Order: sequence, then C-alpha cells, then structure tokens
Amino acid sequence: MDETAGGRAEEADAPIAQPGAPIISIRRVVKNYMRGGQTVEVLMGISLDIARGEFVALMGPSGSGKSTLLNLIAGIDKPTTGELLIDGEDITRLTESELAQWRAEKVGFIFQFYNLMPVLSALENVELPLLLTGLSRRERRERAELALEMVNLADRMDHTPNELSGGQQQRVAIARAIVTDPTILVADEPTGDLDRTSASEVLGMLQRLNRDLGATIVMVTHDARAAGAAQVIMHLEKGVLDSREVTVQIKH
Amino acid sequence: MKIPYLYSYRNLWARKLTTLLTAGGMGLVVFVFAAVLMLDAGLQKTLVDTGSYDNAVVTRRGAESEVQSIIDRQQAAYIEAQPEVALGEGGRAMLSKECVVLISLIKRGSETPANVIIRGTSANGLALRPQLKMIAGRMFRPGSNEIVAGRSVAERFNKAGLGEAIRFGGREWVVVGIFDAGKSGFDSEVWGDVDQLMQAFRRSVYSSVIFKLANSDAFDGFAERIRSDPRLTVDSKRETRYYADQSEKLSAFIRYLGLVLSAIFSVGAMIGAMITMFAAVANRVSEIGALRALGFQRGAILIAFLVESLLLAIVGGVVGLIAASFMQFFSISTINFQSFAELAFSFTLTPGIIVRSLIFALVMGLIGGLLPAISAARMNIVDALRAA
Amino acid sequence: MFFLGLILRNALRHKLRSLLTLLGLVVAILAFGLISTVVGAWYANSEAASNARLVSRNAISLAFSLPISYKQKVRAVEGVKDVSYANWFGGIYKDPKNFFPQFAIDPESYLRIYRDYLLPEDDLRNFIRDRKGCVVGRRLADTYGFKVGDTVTLKGTIFPGDWELVVRGIYDGREAKTDTAQLFFHWDLLNETMKQKTPRRANYVGVYVVEIANPENAASISQNIDALFKNSAWETLTETEQAFQLGFVSMIEAIVVAIRFMSYVVIVIILAVMANTMAMTARERLSEYATLKALGFSPRFVAALIFGESLTLAAIGAVLGILLTFPAARGFSSLTGTLFPTMQVSDDTVVRQVISAVIVGLLAAALPAWRAARVRIVDGLRSIG
Repeated sequence: MDETAGGRAEEADAPIAQPGAPIISIRRVVKNYMRGGQTVEVLMGISLDIARGEFVALMGPSGSGKSTLLNLIAGIDKPTTGELLIDGEDITRLTESELAQWRAEKVGFIFQFYNLMPVLSALENVELPLLLTGLSRRERRERAELALEMVNLADRMDHTPNELSGGQQQRVAIARAIVTDPTILVADEPTGDLDRTSASEVLGMLQRLNRDLGATIVMVTHDARAAGAAQVIMHLEKGVLDSREVTVQIKH
Repeated sequence: MKIPYLYSYRNLWARKLTTLLTAGGMGLVVFVFAAVLMLDAGLQKTLVDTGSYDNAVVTRRGAESEVQSIIDRQQAAYIEAQPEVALGEGGRAMLSKECVVLISLIKRGSETPANVIIRGTSANGLALRPQLKMIAGRMFRPGSNEIVAGRSVAERFNKAGLGEAIRFGGREWVVVGIFDAGKSGFDSEVWGDVDQLMQAFRRSVYSSVIFKLANSDAFDGFAERIRSDPRLTVDSKRETRYYADQSEKLSAFIRYLGLVLSAIFSVGAMIGAMITMFAAVANRVSEIGALRALGFQRGAILIAFLVESLLLAIVGGVVGLIAASFMQFFSISTINFQSFAELAFSFTLTPGIIVRSLIFALVMGLIGGLLPAISAARMNIVDALRAA
Repeated sequence: MFFLGLILRNALRHKLRSLLTLLGLVVAILAFGLISTVVGAWYANSEAASNARLVSRNAISLAFSLPISYKQKVRAVEGVKDVSYANWFGGIYKDPKNFFPQFAIDPESYLRIYRDYLLPEDDLRNFIRDRKGCVVGRRLADTYGFKVGDTVTLKGTIFPGDWELVVRGIYDGREAKTDTAQLFFHWDLLNETMKQKTPRRANYVGVYVVEIANPENAASISQNIDALFKNSAWETLTETEQAFQLGFVSMIEAIVVAIRFMSYVVIVIILAVMANTMAMTARERLSEYATLKALGFSPRFVAALIFGESLTLAAIGAVLGILLTFPAARGFSSLTGTLFPTMQVSDDTVVRQVISAVIVGLLAAALPAWRAARVRIVDGLRSIG
C-alpha cells in the first residue's frame, strides 16, 4: 500500500480520522462470479481499512471492482472468500435474513438513479426504512420530517418523485439514507445523473453530514471533481487497492 | 417481519386501468359464483319454506313426488284412523286427502307449454296450510268448478289470471282467486276441489294424504310403523322435509353446473391476475432491489406482491358481489326435475354466500399472484439494482 | 410478410405474457365451445324430429294417458299414413344415476315409422317374437356393455315392480345426431302385466305417433285429430314432433338461457384479460411507436401493428381452443353417459367461436391502438418505456 500524504486538509476543523479500530476492515476479500460458464475474478484478495468518520471516495477504471467492493461493504452481496468487519462484526458470517436486518440498522444507501418508490411521496419514501424498526407511526413521521428538514426539502414532503427535480430526488434519497441513523453511508455514483449545480448541492450535503454528524461515508465515483469532496481517495486497480491519498478537500 | 403495505396499496391505485380490468375479470367470476349459490339458496328457501314442520305427508313408497304417487281410498281411510292424526273441532281428523296432477299450460307471451301442478284439496287441506293468504278474489267454493291460482302461476301462464278460465277434462275452470303462500312452492300451484278434480281427471285414487300431527314428536314412531307395515304401500315424511327433498336433484344440478363453470372461468381470471402481477414485477425490478437493499426480507417482498394481488381480488370480489346482489330482483321459473312441474324461485343472498364468495376471490388472487410474487422475492439484489 | 413477421416477433418479446394470454384465450374459447355444445345437445331431439310425424298426447298434460281404442280412429283420419304408440316407462337400471329413456312400444308400427333406427332383419324378427324382449341403442349398449342375449332388469317407478327384459337387438342411428341411448320393449308386456296387477291402468298409451303423407298438412291434420276427441273424457293435443320435443326444452328454458349467458360471460372475462395485456404492452412500447412515427410511418400503421398482434394472438388461441373442443366434448359425453342423447360439436358453435375470438381481438386492441396512433412524437420519445 502506498501512502501519499499529499496536501493538507483545507479546513482546520475537518475531523481527523480517529485512530484505533477502523470501522470498516476488509481482509483479503476475493469476489468471483460466473458469466456464461466462465469465472470472472473481480476482487483479487483486496484488503483495506476505513476509519470511523472518514469520507472515502473509491475510484478506478471500469472493471476495477470498485462497485463490487461497495456492494460487499453495503451487505447486498457476499464475498467468495475473505472477511468484512464492519463496526466490529464480520458480516460474512451472517445469514441472508440476518444480513437484511443488519442493513436496515447499519447502512444508509444512496444510488445513482435515486431508486425512490414512484408511488410514494417524499415523506413516505423517507419513512420506508423506519418501517423496519419498532417505532410507532408518530415517531416515524417525526424522524422522517426531521431528515427532510436536514436536506432542506421539508416544504416538498408531500410531492411524489416525478414532481421533483433530479437533485431534489437525490436529496430525498439522502434523507432516506440517514433517517435510521446508520453506522455507515454508502453512495454509488450519487452525482452521476445530476447537473453541476445539483451535484454540488448533493456533495455539500454529504460533506456536512460527515463534518457535523461524523458520518462515515464510502462513495464510488468516476468523477474526479466529486472525488475531491471526500477526505480520502482510494484507487482500485484490477481488483486490489492501488493507492490511497488524502485529498485537498474541495468544499461544496 | 415488516411488510411495506402502503407500497402495495399505492401501486394498485397508480395503474387504474390495469387494476380495473384485472379486478373486473375476477369480479365477473365472483358474480357467476355468487349468483349460482344464490340461485341454489333461493331454490332451497322456496321449497323449505313450503309446508309446516308439524304436518306429515303420506305418499306411495318410492314415488318421487305427489304427482307419481297413488294412495287408494282404503289406505287413506286407514291413515285417517291413526292415533297420531290431530283431531279438530267436533273430533274430526285434521287430515286432507289430495289429488295432485300436472296440467299443461301455455306461458304468457310465448307459445311454449309447461307443466303446472294442480292440487285437488278440501277445507281441511286449506286449514293445514295457514300460510296461504288470498291476495285477490276469494277461495274456491267446494263442489264447484272454481279454482284458485298461486301468484306465480297467475303471473306466468295464460288463462291463469283472476277471472280467466282454464279448460281441461271437458270443462271450464274459473280462476276466482289468487293466493300468496309466502314465496314457497305452493305459489307455483293451482288449487281446486278434490272431488271435482278427481272426477274431471277420471281418477278414483288419491295422490297423497296430509295431516297435522297431534304430537309433533310422535312423528318418527308413526313413520317407522308405516314403513315396516307390509300391508301398506306408503311412506311418510314431515311436510317441510318432503318439500326440501324435492329440491335435491335440481339443487345438485345447479350447484354442480355453477361450480364447474366458476372453476373454468376462474382459470381465465387467474391468468389475468398473473399477467398483471408479472408485469408489475417486471416494471419494478429496481424498486425491488432498493427495498431489499434497505433491509426488507425476501419474504416481505413476496408478501407485499401477494397483498397487491389479494387486494385486486378483494376489489373484484366486492364488485362482483354487489352486482350479484341485484339478482335478487329477479326470479326464475323452471321445471323441477323431481316433480316434473314448474317451480318459481328467486335469488337469495345469505351471509354464508358473501363469505364464500370473498374467500373464492381471495383464493383466485392468491393463486394468480403466487408465481409473480415468488419471482420478485427470488431476485438477486445487485442484478435488480442494475436494471435501470 | 414483413408486417406479419414484425407482429410475431413483437408477440414473442414477452414470451411469458403472450403465453399466458394465449392460455387464457384457449381456455375461454374451449369453455365457450363446450357450453354451446351442451346447450345444443338439449336441442338434439327436436332437430332430429321429422316434419312428417305428429305426436298426440292427452290435452291435460303428458302425465295423463290416452285409451288404446283411439288408434283406429286416428288411423282413419285423412292424410294419416301410419300410427303407432308408446308409453314412457321411466324405470331405474341399477342406480338412479344411470338415466336413459325407456319406452314400451308396438314394435312393428313404431319401427316402421322411425326409420332412423337401423336394426338387422333377424334381430327385428327376434324382438317381435319375444314378448319379454327389448332392443337397445348402440350408445346405450356401449355405455353399459349390453350384448344380444343379456337380461336387463329395470326397476319400475311409474309401473312398479322388477321388469326383466332380454336384449334381442342393438340398433344404430342413421345419422350422427340420432338418439341411440334408448331402450324399447313390448307395450303388450306392459299391458298384460297391468291387466293382472292394476286393471284400471290397462289399455292406455302415453302418446300416439302419427306419420302423415304430406308435411304441409301437419297443422290441419293435427286439428282434425284433436277435433275427433274433443269433449270426450280424454281430449288430445296433437302437434308436430318438433314442437313436442321443443316443449321439453322450453321447460328448462330458464336454465338454457342462463347457461347460454354464461358462455358469453367467459368471453367477456377473456376480453378483460386481453385488453389488459394489450394496454400494458402498448404503454410499454410508446416510445417505439413514437419513433416509428418520427421515421415516417403513419398512425394507421402503428394502430395496425397493435391490432395485428391482438388478432394474431386471438387467432392462435381460437384455433387451439376450437381443436380442443372436440376431444373435450367427447370426454364430457363419456362422463355423462346417457344423460344427453348426443354431444356433437356443431358447425354453428365453431362459427360462434371464431366470431368471438375476432371480436375479442379487435376490442382488446381498440383503445391501445387509438392511443398509440394519436401519441405525439415528442411525448412518446420522452416517455421511458
């Protein structure tokens, strides 16, 4: 692993990644899958750590395995071999239904194409993950409204996704991702479908979440500008970690 | 396990045309199902309502109905003397010897004939059926050629209305009254004086003997004694049971036919539900992926789509039931297989039918929606998310 | 040809959906055909009726008989070629479920008049000679395994007692729709037995069958016969055989109407299913239709594509459904045994099946085709399938 300490963090009050046990620890993870009778090796025994409160961008050329790695971290896919320790728990040992439960509690998702339910309002979309908790209807409502306020969309809470712009939809998705107070936030090309202004808005929101709430964020992106919003950029190449750099974080 | 019910419900609302057509198909099947059951219930009700529990009907052994039955004068007299027969004023037996035959009448508004029961009865016979009420005209005079017609006969057949006359046995028989027997089997009969009718039909034997039981509980003993007596050729049933049994064949026919047809139709409706739900799943692959990613279990996805299918079925079922309930305004007149005579009855909606219809609808929704729901639950999260 | 190929390939794009829709169509057309055939079976007897035959019954109802002495008088009426008679026996063979018609007849005259029942000369002679003999139809023999020489025991209901009859012949029907599920035995046997057991019931017949020389005189001859016996103790009602048979059907008219109605209900159900399929399919392909229009194809072409797909599906479903109707009718026939005189799938039924399929194909596509034809290119291209 190459450690390049290039450039200091711009902001003096940027949180320093905490020393001690990393919140995400990937140990010699291999991921293969079958395509047309052939075995394709995507991750070749990759190992890396992400500290609590870090905002990490995963970059790499097509086929480098960055999205696959993200899927494994998020618990929506299982590695072929290797260990995935998240907040002290090896999630490779969980059964499918345990993993679903785990995701509900620990992970917040942000997708490239938002993946909101078109038939539900913004508020109902944000409430959706809360259905998996034991909260009462009133509590769910309150939390969801709070989350929407945080992304500055409280005035649009009764609109359905098709009544919102791309950037607004992504912000609803962010609200949905944080409403359960997850341990990690996972974002797969969150700005891939947005124009410059909306992209900037979304990245700024992620930065604020990271700074103010100490959220650990892992973001896959191919856009260098988006990657610059993170604190750390990890480059993947051919299924292993190629380099890790601390960035000059561009504030949004 | 937590299930996103709101999601299921909203998706039905979002595709109104599809929901309408699919639920409509199922509704039509439920309509047929409920209507058939209602018809059967109406038939049962009509015949079961006929007669009294405390009356006994005596007919020839093996006779399917009074029409086929023959009781000669001696046997009739013998039965009259039995202790189980109730005694009325002046110590006279409350017993009626009746002659029941079929006459062919032409239906109003058409040229086609049908068989109608004409019953020769007496003052005793009238007393035994207190549920009979004259709604027009008056009762026939004994010893005359006057007859009275049940409401259903008067409405449906030529020359059977008040003031009209039917010709048979070489004489004209004048309809002097119309009676209502509470929508029971008697409404489909014509009544006249037993002696006059027997003369006209050149019969010297009766068809049946009806009497009131002195003690209702004594019936079983009476029936047993009659049955095991080798000198007699008759059997006895309670009047209510006798008429209920008359509905057996027609009832079985209606039910069997109706259920077979409903089953066949339901295949069509279930296919419709399957097509709709498969399309729903196909259109929402990425949503399914997102739901799974958020933490909903496979089982929750399965149930969510099943719930959608079941909701479709319930909507269809309710609409079908409402439509079927309007059938209660109609009545049917057809030949009763056992008596070979016309019988009028209508559709009757019972709570049991409502429950069974809704269950039927739910079963259709379940079967139709099962495979699509399973296919939704089996999806791989990563692949589902990849589908834009 | 390109057009047809395009339609077929479009239908195959959604294999599961097209297959399910097809299955629904087959079931619906099959059910429609089967129901129509059953309804037709009820009319079989009236259709097999000859217009040169009249039936005379007691004017009161079929439940009453006519004296045997009427035979000579009826024979003497002008225009009458031949007279025979029959009593409906209504017995039970082993189990009430085994229903089939049984008639006590005068063998010579009856089989002379009913020339559609084909019986070998020898068998006819044996039957006439044996007072306890009977002849059964081919379908009846096949159903219960009757062979010449077998003894058939009937339990009488109208005429009580156990009646043992010996099969002296098996008759075949001249035409496919001739009823070969009947049993005939000697009226003389019935009458002799009645004379002994219940004399007052002797010398009566159920109906007279009258063959007339000229069918055009049916109405007048009927009236003449009835005039003979008016004001007697047993007045007659004479009508053509067809009217007589139709009288039976009209008794169950309500049921027949209801069942006919059901057969159309199944068509409506499949119409809803197909309309749904076409609506979904068209909606998903809206951008493609817009593209076609942008390329220069007319709205009519787009509509024709949708109609074409719908009609093709309907056609395939109809063909399969029609083909399956025949074995299904045969299966139903063997299932119900001798309950129905015959179970033939008529040409009329097939025609109706075809028309129903065409109507379903057209109506199901109507709304989607109209919408697709009218879609504005700009809107269509923007919509995400």
